[in-house]
Amino acid sequence: MPLTLPTYPQPDARGRFGRFGGRYVPETLIPALDELETAYAAAKTDPAFLGELDRLLREFVGRPSGLYLAQRLTEHAGGARIYLKREDQNYTGAHKINNCLAQALLAVRMGKKRVIAETGAGQHGVASATAAALLGLSCVVYMGAEDIRRQALNVFRMKLLGAEVREVTSGTATLKDATNEAIRDWVTNVRDTFYILGSVVGPHPYPAMVRDFQSVIGEELKVQHQALEGRPAPDAIVACVGGGSNAIGIFAPFAYLPEEERPLLIGTEAAGEGVDSGRHAASVAGGRIGVLHGAMMYLLNDDEGQIVPPHSVSAGLDYPGIGPEHCLYAQTGAAQYVPVTDAQALDALQLLTRLEGIIPALESAHAIYHAVELARTMRPDQTVVVNLSGRGDKDVAEVMRLLSLQDPVGETPGQLLSPSLLSEVHA
Amino acid sequence: MTTLAPTRGAARLHAAFEQARTEGRAAFIPYMTAGYPTAAGFPALAQTLLAHADILEVGIPYSDPLGDGPTIQRASEQALAGGTSTRHSLALVAELRARTDKPIVVMTYVNPIYAVGPREFMRLAQRAGVDGLILPDLPPDQDLEIADLAAEHGLAVTFLIAPTSTPARVALVAQACTGFLYAVSVTGVTGAREGAALGEVPAMLALARQHARVPVAVGFGVKDAATARQVAGVADGVVVGSAFITAAANGQDVDALAASIRAGCVR
Ligand SMILES: Cc1ncc(COP(=O)(O)O)c(C=O)c1O
Repeated sequence: MPLTLPTYPQPDARGRFGRFGGRYVPETLIPALDELETAYAAAKTDPAFLGELDRLLREFVGRPSGLYLAQRLTEHAGGARIYLKREDQNYTGAHKINNCLAQALLAVRMGKKRVIAETGAGQHGVASATAAALLGLSCVVYMGAEDIRRQALNVFRMKLLGAEVREVTSGTATLKDATNEAIRDWVTNVRDTFYILGSVVGPHPYPAMVRDFQSVIGEELKVQHQALEGRPAPDAIVACVGGGSNAIGIFAPFAYLPEEERPLLIGTEAAGEGVDSGRHAASVAGGRIGVLHGAMMYLLNDDEGQIVPPHSVSAGLDYPGIGPEHCLYAQTGAAQYVPVTDAQALDALQLLTRLEGIIPALESAHAIYHAVELARTMRPDQTVVVNLSGRGDKDVAEVMRLLSLQDPVGETPGQLLSPSLLSEVHA
Repeated sequence: MTTLAPTRGAARLHAAFEQARTEGRAAFIPYMTAGYPTAAGFPALAQTLLAHADILEVGIPYSDPLGDGPTIQRASEQALAGGTSTRHSLALVAELRARTDKPIVVMTYVNPIYAVGPREFMRLAQRAGVDGLILPDLPPDQDLEIADLAAEHGLAVTFLIAPTSTPARVALVAQACTGFLYAVSVTGVTGAREGAALGEVPAMLALARQHARVPVAVGFGVKDAATARQVAGVADGVVVGSAFITAAANGQDVDALAASIRAGCVR
């Protein structure tokens, strides 16, 4: 079956998801966004573009990614069957590559020879650098100084792939500031540069285009769930949300179904040290409507409009906003957004690792945590699918640092888990 | 779309441009970030610029200024760290207003307007004596309410065009401006640059003048009398920002720089 990109009822012609989204950018960029919108509309139905994307997704990325029944995790939760959609199996280690390859192909089609990208955890940077190497494009990646520290391995991978990594020290020196810097570069070099945006954020058409490219996750899920369970839609889907691209990729193919056919869709936001602590990145739970990076969305900002620095243990969720389509889902109830703390994510990371032999990314661990809580409340004939957005290789050094802070004398590995979880795993 | 009955602010701005024109000059529009270098030090710096200005532009410091280069971005960070935020900025403008009759325009990104609430923001700006708003991340077709609310409160609005703007965009933006039209001289962010960057400006201005019912000012990259003179040859107004922040940061004589750039604004 040849690849087709889905068509959704949102956004409207002005790039709005309800009141969210839009194009709040310097006028310099408007013509480039128009040009991108036109080029994408043509590519979206062009068999040559779709054929090449399909070939790369299969042969280069390794799609389809598996749908794996996590038996021991299911037993542990004692409720619904928990499946993992294995985006961690993708080449380069996360869902980010789906979108990057597609955008890089579009860049080639538009005759651009230079691409830029922003990155938090480094996964989008690595994916952009990879696509650039594959397609012979020059690549500059903006990354916050704090994330460069947390994700040293990914920084080296990008350099090895031939990308230039530019350190950003302004503001909080994380993803938000790397995005500012990438947009400023684009404003300056817009005539010959393609901006590969890494999530469902930014000015129209990015949130719609990135969603379409990531929808391959949810579309595959329908086929796989049908084969394993005899019906295309699971009862619930859980995915972590930073900007929200992996979540939208698995939600959107189900989100516009009539309510009675729609799975429970749950996005987990990074609650950091707790939504009440002020140190978190939970934009729906702890934010208010505002404008950042060209779009209106739920946003961590104070009552005079200054962006409040976010915090998360995971660099990829450390973003003060959430994509406009998620904002619409949150408002209409098409999906729910729940906060998961740093500590809960760290526990879930270890839990999945011990029970299934899969080390998830810290981002994905947020989703794992809530999926287990949710499955507990469901019946054994029901299913919960977790989008396992990426693997934990990039996080191992940071997790080691965090756990040794928790346990400075370096006890046996069995004592890394928090005491409550430890007793459950070995019960 | 926009209410075009001239507002109090628009009338004051247009009079300032007209005055400069009769003196054979382009209007000189220096920019300073509110609360820079400190909330206490800002009034004196602004007074220095005002003494030479036809119109003063005051920037509301913002945490994520997408249209600005490193100089204004750092000035914003410093002002914010010193406690100057949106409401404080308007209070600083009110202080200036008590001491001058010259028009003052406020440059702000849209998020502070939304956070305070568009109606409340306009009310506060009007009360502070602001004459107009410059909105660098608001293309006029994105929000049809802001310009109307501004007009209701007597404020003029200024939107921007850039060298990348297509003729259709130039027409749309020019027609939406009630204060003056702001033409960005370069494809890029604010900041002083090496070399003269006037290349695309004359053609852009010729196009803009076909549609604009307001004066056209040029900014971004103007840093001294020589670059000001080039711009003054084609534009109704000359905006200079980063050069003053750099001068203030380096302890240079801002008064002398402003005098020299203003002298450069002759035709
Ligand atoms: C593994 C992984 N999951 C999730 C994310 C968050 O991105 P998004 O919210 O766009 O899915 C990232 C971002 O770097 C990531 O690396």
